[in-house]
Amino acid sequence: MLKGRLLKDKIARHYMLFATVVSIFVLFLIGGGLLYKSLPIMEEKSLWTLLTTSNWRPFKGDFGFASYILSTLFVTGIAIVIALPLSLLTSIYIIEYASPRILRAFSSVVDLLSGIPPVIYGVWGTLTIVPFISEKLAPHFVEFSTGYSVLAGGIVLAIMIIPLIISILMEVFGAVPKEMREASMSLGATKWQTVKKVVVRKSIPGIVAATVLAISRAFGETIAVLMVCGNFTDLPKSIFDACYPIPALIANNYGEMMSVPQYESALMFAAFLLFFIIVVFNVISRLVLIQIDKRYQL
Amino acid sequence: MKRLEEKIFKILMIGSTMLILSVLLYILFVIMKKGLPSLSWEMISQIPSGGFYLGKEGGILNAIMGSLYLIFFSVLISLMISVPVVMYLNFTLRRKSRLAAFARLTFDVLFGIPSIVYGAFGFTVMIFFGLQTSLLGGIIAISLLIIPVMIRSIDEVAILIPSELIEATKSLGATNYETIKVITRQLLPGISTAVLLSVGRGIGDAATVLFTAGYTDSIPTSLTQPAASLPLAIFFQLSSPVEEVQNRAYAAALILTIIILTLSFAARYFSRRLSKNKI
Repeated sequence: MLKGRLLKDKIARHYMLFATVVSIFVLFLIGGGLLYKSLPIMEEKSLWTLLTTSNWRPFKGDFGFASYILSTLFVTGIAIVIALPLSLLTSIYIIEYASPRILRAFSSVVDLLSGIPPVIYGVWGTLTIVPFISEKLAPHFVEFSTGYSVLAGGIVLAIMIIPLIISILMEVFGAVPKEMREASMSLGATKWQTVKKVVVRKSIPGIVAATVLAISRAFGETIAVLMVCGNFTDLPKSIFDACYPIPALIANNYGEMMSVPQYESALMFAAFLLFFIIVVFNVISRLVLIQIDKRYQL
Repeated sequence: MKRLEEKIFKILMIGSTMLILSVLLYILFVIMKKGLPSLSWEMISQIPSGGFYLGKEGGILNAIMGSLYLIFFSVLISLMISVPVVMYLNFTLRRKSRLAAFARLTFDVLFGIPSIVYGAFGFTVMIFFGLQTSLLGGIIAISLLIIPVMIRSIDEVAILIPSELIEATKSLGATNYETIKVITRQLLPGISTAVLLSVGRGIGDAATVLFTAGYTDSIPTSLTQPAASLPLAIFFQLSSPVEEVQNRAYAAALILTIIILTLSFAARYFSRRLSKNKI
């Protein structure tokens, strides 16, 4: 009887360990697999050429990622510039000023926003942001824009990363001990001074971590960006020009890539690039967030 | 002066909160307004007939069924991995274990990896095993995508289980496995929330299935056939120049949104029940 119980226990223990090790190993498997696949292109061209030239003629063997990398950076930059101030203001308001009822209601709003699939954001973007840019906004600045542009991608991405930033910031601000706020108030500081000089200042590492996480989320977003960015291989000259971020490049060309062996390798290199940057960013910001958690838990 | 600054910022803060709320409502409104007129029983009960992509008859039952198959099997696989992992991290390892900390960091990072990378990786795995785009390929890719979602979500609840409960069970002579069986009952609402969350994430993601599951007009009957999915149905139909087809994309978007909203409310319901049962 006891033997049977112990045997069950042993089997369960081994299975759990197995599941844990396998699922940790997935991260390394993905990295290794993509790296292995991108070796052929890296042997042929130096990393420097791949990253800094912008000639993209797969069928002639030219693979320069510069314009895709710049597109990704532009779109992400715009998204952060829009999303960060809005998220900061909102989460400060929700945590410091709003009543618990609003806090609860707003958490649902954040959950809903983060639950909406990327393709829906894409549909919405093509229906609202794209025509708005081509009809209302762009004519003031440039002669012609289809609306499928860097700016459209940036705006849609901003809305997609806002829930992520807010949910992290709400935790970060919430982790600042009450006593600190009370100490500041009892010294005669106003609520706003306390928020500005104590809460926000204490939370700077957390704010940075949230921003880095948001950047890495924006880097990898595919379908929504693909739908509103225009996908045109050239360096965008203004924010009203079309652009072609890396994830969109991968998604658009998976069908053709099998015909040229280098092509597949080049696209896997792009995927590896995304993977690498995102893993580094994630590790750094998660470590910062874990530190914050630890500091206040004791 | 002090007061003025605070006032300005307060207005800005309320303004941005309202803005975010209204963006959410605006998205839902636009999807509803565009999707409702083309939504019909035919849309959700038929597969595409000949000439469907030129605006002729048919529906997107292929995509709905495809998505359901994909998500059902992915969730099943993910549960078989995630639940043991969480149990191991929380109730077998010690609370301050290094392995557990490393594992949690890994899952956080895996959670942050974009779906296109999972798709590309899934695709290389499929080539490695000589698989074509298929239901199986899609299931593998979606499982990879949602396992971290599920682990993190169950882990959040598991961490809250009081160590007294574990000690009480163990002090009655239960083995570790039997203790876990007791705790699983406590975790059930958490697991349901995690399932709903990952269904939402998995069913709405296009970039993973683009490479791996492919697209087809029929409902798959075996694991090796390609499978259509809702997000791709939206994506492909929207890029059509024919207006009727575009309208169907809006209707499909509405269907997907309704599914997501339902899941989200259900998840909230479960997590509320969870906080009531907490010991």
